[in-house]
Amino acid sequence: MTGDHSHHGHMHDHEHMHGDGVIHSHPHSHEENHEHHSDCPGEAILRVDGVAFSYKSHSVLEDIEVGVSRGEILAILGPNGVGKSTLLRCMNMILRPQKGAILVDNADLSKMSANDIAKNVGYVAQRSEAARMTVFDSVLLGRKPHISWKLTKEDYAMVEDALAKFGLSSMQLRYIDEISGGELQRVCVCRAIVQEPSVLLLDEPTSALDLSRQMEILHLIRHVVDQHNCATIMTMHDLNLALRFADRFVFMKGGKIYAACDKWGVTPELIQEVYGIEVDVIFHNELPVVIPK
Amino acid sequence: MKHDAADYKSYVGKKAGIIIVGIILCVVLFLLTISVGAITIPIPDVIATLLHGPGGTGLFDRALWNIRIPQALTAVVAGAGLAIAGVAMQSVLRNPLASPFTLGLSNAAAFGAAVGILLFGAGTTGSSIADAVVVNNPYLTTICAFVFSLATTAIILAIAKVRGATPETMVLAGVAISSLFSAGLMAIQYFVDDTQLASIVFWQFGDVSRASWSELGLITAVVAVCSLYLFIKRWDFNAIDAGEETAKGLGVNVSRTRLLGMIAASLISAIVVAFLGVIGFVGLVCPHMMRRIVGDDHRFLIPASVICGALLLLAADTVARTIIAPQVLPVAVLTSFLGAPIFIYLIIKGRRM
Repeated sequence: MTGDHSHHGHMHDHEHMHGDGVIHSHPHSHEENHEHHSDCPGEAILRVDGVAFSYKSHSVLEDIEVGVSRGEILAILGPNGVGKSTLLRCMNMILRPQKGAILVDNADLSKMSANDIAKNVGYVAQRSEAARMTVFDSVLLGRKPHISWKLTKEDYAMVEDALAKFGLSSMQLRYIDEISGGELQRVCVCRAIVQEPSVLLLDEPTSALDLSRQMEILHLIRHVVDQHNCATIMTMHDLNLALRFADRFVFMKGGKIYAACDKWGVTPELIQEVYGIEVDVIFHNELPVVIPK
Repeated sequence: MKHDAADYKSYVGKKAGIIIVGIILCVVLFLLTISVGAITIPIPDVIATLLHGPGGTGLFDRALWNIRIPQALTAVVAGAGLAIAGVAMQSVLRNPLASPFTLGLSNAAAFGAAVGILLFGAGTTGSSIADAVVVNNPYLTTICAFVFSLATTAIILAIAKVRGATPETMVLAGVAISSLFSAGLMAIQYFVDDTQLASIVFWQFGDVSRASWSELGLITAVVAVCSLYLFIKRWDFNAIDAGEETAKGLGVNVSRTRLLGMIAASLISAIVVAFLGVIGFVGLVCPHMMRRIVGDDHRFLIPASVICGALLLLAADTVARTIIAPQVLPVAVLTSFLGAPIFIYLIIKGRRM
């Protein structure tokens, strides 16, 4: 199926909608399915409400509105330096937005302690440092927000389960500065999972991984989201991987959200407006594939 | 082969085992240390005297309770304190070369002591090796040294506050202030008379025999409180090791942990240096020795380093008192002589668990 023509109509709505750079929670479009696709389905577990962020006088994010529901993977896409990682860091208050609020289950994160935020939102940084600690120790660290003084049986059991699920059991006593990049990435995601967050934030989870490791980690993330009924928001550069694994997409441009859509909304026009290059969007096995011309 | 939490627990158990062995070694070495000296007291008599408690009037009682026990305990507390301060500094500053003295604390203390000796005519504290040196007002020297090294910490923290508490800011500020004080110290040494110069130089040779029971109590209180704080924060230090952003994602207030960690480590260093003089190497090397044996996990690294520091300083003090007896060497000379070869061996052969 080649869907690029049949979805042209949607695109023009998108352009009008996002001309002012704002995502409206109730799009003006009258097309039934479009409305469904462009907004967050169901009750949002995490909602970014009118967030603005600047480093000193340099504005990075303006007027951001995004939401994600349980069981959903949201990909934040856009060119380098557009503010994707900054937005992600605002979502768990590593960076404090100057305006707006981040709501998790309708609770304002700015009113929570760092430890309580960590119980709700897990975060995997783009780069992780490999200290001289074992895989088990590193994953156990994910229990930190829940540990008061002593580790409990549940802490150990949870780590043991997560390691097995991530295929890390056989290397649980190896030092993380001696494992491969793909394994380290799995360790970091695994650590965020045992944190038991309702929302998982992943900054470029597939960068620095080979093709099979990219697929492996994204399959794992999909599995975790489905099984734990949590939500995941991830920034990505690889459009086709994002299109394959995420449920919805947010395209950023100039520190604002330019468009939000599901896979049917990804058109050559949208990609050109966001990335400035001409592409074809073809459908392969019901999935859109972006191919630069 | 099954891989589960039980495997991990037995692995962790080995680390705990190493710490327990360290504690036993420490006790044995402690008994050995207090048994040797100008008169050798047989170990059974040592134990009997210890069980008696203080207050006896026999020769052994007086030698042990008045001289050897406070000196050995001072070595234990100072060694433990310097080592834990080293662990904290290395973690906070993300720099393997960090030690309690990286931030110029020892130079500041030495400068402070020199100022005390020069301006107030104070002398060094009573010491078995400094008999020839005039002792006018030992407490003033100690107070000057302490105030100067704390002032250094305050300046560095103030700079960190303005520029953000990054490891780079703190290390660079520390290096700058350190050289400032060492220049000041040189200037003072150039202008003072011979007696004062001797006092200043003697003060700098770290020596665990300077502390009396009451001074030991004060040092112990500071070291214990700060060490407890650092140990409570062991998970936070582990998280920071995994990367600053990862730590923040795990709910760690990275800047505050760094600042408070710095303050705790600086307080320990300042109190030890002020009372005992400069004892190098322990704080730098004990954490590294233990990193090679128990790894970077602060749950084990902190207690292991504490024990390693105590052991090294006890051993150094024992050798310092016996190697050219009846002459006594300053312990600071021996820490490096003993520590460096062990450390080089570990760099080359280091067994990593």
